[in-house]
Amino acid sequence: MSLFNIFNVAGSAMHAQSQRLNTVASNLANADSATGANGEPYKAKQVVFAATPVGTNGATGVNVAAVIEDPSPMKMVYDPKNPLADDKGYVTMPNVNVVEEMVNMISASRSYQSNVEMMNTTKTLLLKTLTLGQ
Amino acid sequence: MMNRLDEMLNFHTQALRVRDQRQQVLASNIANADTPNYKARDLDFKTALQGALKAAPVAGGVTLAATAPGHLAGKPGLTADSGLLYRTPAQGSVDGNTVDMDAERAAFADNAIHYEFNLNRLSSQIKGLLSAIQG
Repeated sequence: MSLFNIFNVAGSAMHAQSQRLNTVASNLANADSATGANGEPYKAKQVVFAATPVGTNGATGVNVAAVIEDPSPMKMVYDPKNPLADDKGYVTMPNVNVVEEMVNMISASRSYQSNVEMMNTTKTLLLKTLTLGQ
Repeated sequence: MMNRLDEMLNFHTQALRVRDQRQQVLASNIANADTPNYKARDLDFKTALQGALKAAPVAGGVTLAATAPGHLAGKPGLTADSGLLYRTPAQGSVDGNTVDMDAERAAFADNAIHYEFNLNRLSSQIKGLLSAIQG
């Protein structure tokens, strides 16, 4: 039954999307963290999705291949009174783009919902299959 | 007699298997809607069903090894890639992904309804046989 495999496919996609949502939450929460545990400003994180085979008969799920640090340049804010300011008076702030993260969040939650609906449809089909001939 | 019963139920059983397979392919597409460079796939239902119904081996299908003249050839099963094609993207995207969410969800719903239809037909065939047996 390939239908059972759909649970694995949708499950892997939901797992990947929730991880994406997790990084969005982390990025938004740290949008203003000018310093962290290592003394460096926070760097935005992004997940990289990759298609991965699930089972043996051609189904493709999703996994998170890597969580990378956003390569975009850090924001420089002029604030000479800040103790973290350099000799020119600039503070290095995280490279989190709040608008981009909000879009990312909405996209992740919509994809998650699609996968939940897919699971529900599959569940209905399987339950109907169980009553075959009755 | 058993052979005829088999033949009677065979069509919808095979159709269910193809629907089942297609549902899985569409699920993979929806799951990978955000994966860069993922290419959406779909089954050509007609080809796949014909392949499943025919006794002739499907391309890439697995056949039984016959080591004695009396051995039956057996029907090759439906394989993962029988009739599996790539979808032509309606609107390309920058990350190389060709999943069109609307098309995929429409196809998913459509396939689910057809699956239920085949189940219903099979169910009523079984009921018909039962009432013939029980009178």
